[in-house]
Amino acid sequence: MEKQEAAQRLTEVMTKFTGYVGKHLPTDVQAKLKELSAREDKPLAKVVYQSMHDNQEAAARLNRPSCQDIGVIQYFITCGAKFPFIGELEGVLREATLRATREAPLRHNAVETFTEKNTGTNTGSRIPWMDWDIVPDSDECSIDVYMAGGGCSLPGAAKVLMPGQGYEGVNQFVFDVITSYGINACPPLLVGIGVSTSVETAARLSKKALFREVSSSNPHPDAAKMEKLLEDGLNKVGIGPQGLGGKASVMGVNIESSARHPSTIGVAVSTGCWAHRRGNIRFKSDLSYEIISHKGAAL
Amino acid sequence: MKKILTTPIRDEDLEDLNVGDVVYLNGTLVTCRDVAHRRLIELGREIPVDLKGNAIFHAGPIVVEKDDGSFEMISIGPTTSMRMEKFEKEFIEQTGVKLIVGKGGMGPNTEEGCRKYKAVHAVFPGGCAVSAATQVERIEGAEWRDLGMPETLWINKVREFGPLIISIDTKGNNLFEQNKASFNARKQPIIEEINQQIRFIK
Ligand code: SF4
Repeated sequence: MEKQEAAQRLTEVMTKFTGYVGKHLPTDVQAKLKELSAREDKPLAKVVYQSMHDNQEAAARLNRPSCQDIGVIQYFITCGAKFPFIGELEGVLREATLRATREAPLRHNAVETFTEKNTGTNTGSRIPWMDWDIVPDSDECSIDVYMAGGGCSLPGAAKVLMPGQGYEGVNQFVFDVITSYGINACPPLLVGIGVSTSVETAARLSKKALFREVSSSNPHPDAAKMEKLLEDGLNKVGIGPQGLGGKASVMGVNIESSARHPSTIGVAVSTGCWAHRRGNIRFKSDLSYEIISHKGAAL
Repeated sequence: MKKILTTPIRDEDLEDLNVGDVVYLNGTLVTCRDVAHRRLIELGREIPVDLKGNAIFHAGPIVVEKDDGSFEMISIGPTTSMRMEKFEKEFIEQTGVKLIVGKGGMGPNTEEGCRKYKAVHAVFPGGCAVSAATQVERIEGAEWRDLGMPETLWINKVREFGPLIISIDTKGNNLFEQNKASFNARKQPIIEEINQQIRFIK
């Protein structure tokens, strides 16, 4: 395929997919919300879950973004070094953001820093944000689209602990963040935790953790154990939907980690709201694609 | 039966409401958030919409302007109310607004405003922006459009707008403060219990 033709095709698909992600929740999130909603017996919690359900139906029926805050658009790209259109992707994703903003339509959310002007296009310097992982031998490309509103971005926090504080310090940090800032982030939340060597590595991993399915577990048994302990523990706090009290505070807790310096424990928390709008799409080198996050999705 | 408030809202309509009650709104609901609050309170500019007896919504919507100059509400959901805490008491005093709709709780300043000037704060479930848009019958006007789409004062006629969960009532009770106190009381013992099981550094 000619590069130009390929870029056009990719732009078309990514424009539609970006809009789609703003209007439909991923399959795993939908299932989790249904499960949590069935567990509630408090009247206020039930009222809120019912509103969420009605809203998602209305969004699909009317073909509109389900939450008005579509965030600053982010793409997390895991691209094979041999994917033939790797060089086109940056331009493609910028153009897809511009077009999805007009066509979906999406609220204008990109404010240029220091100039302090809303660009009106959802693009700006370094925005849409693109994060790259390169896979050496592959010719395929996987893209996570993510829309995090202001509310669920605000709890984000990172810190470097001393080894003496141990995993206990990580535990305390997570609870402090979620109980003080989680309420305004539209719970039940997906909590992403990065445990790594410094603030920026931990922060990046905490965000990557949000792209794992809500009910998935870390492959390391102790990490998985800690995910479960934190999930159950945060649920016992009983934040409930919208912080109004209830059986669940979170949809899940996902931890991602790296090796680290012996004298540091970098920890970071990122949160996803109940309207966790992430989408995963995978392209083969011939640009045939599969949507992984939303079962039965058609663009 | 649904309890419905209709604008203009009078003091006596709010008297019997308690935190945790669920109500719906008929009438005028004006979006009003960060910069609009700042303009009125800090910069002393006159707000170009009469809010007496009406409701405001801490929200930044998606609106489409049609070719004939009319507007269509596409998606409108609440934003975090706490950002307006600093201004809200004086805002209630100066405008005579009776119902403040947003997301999450507000603090002592708003509690005092609600108690003194007889107003309530209520939450609309966050993220339910399409449902909310379908409850907007029409947009009657737009002021301070220089602020851009999210911050413009959009004047909406709404019908059975809700559910609105009362979070601060006219007695100054505060649902989220009560909840926060119980979350914090539960938290530390849970943390200690987990700590026993994650001593991975030996
Ligand atoms: S936290 Fe999420 S659901 Fe709530 S308003 Fe923000 S983007 Fe929407």
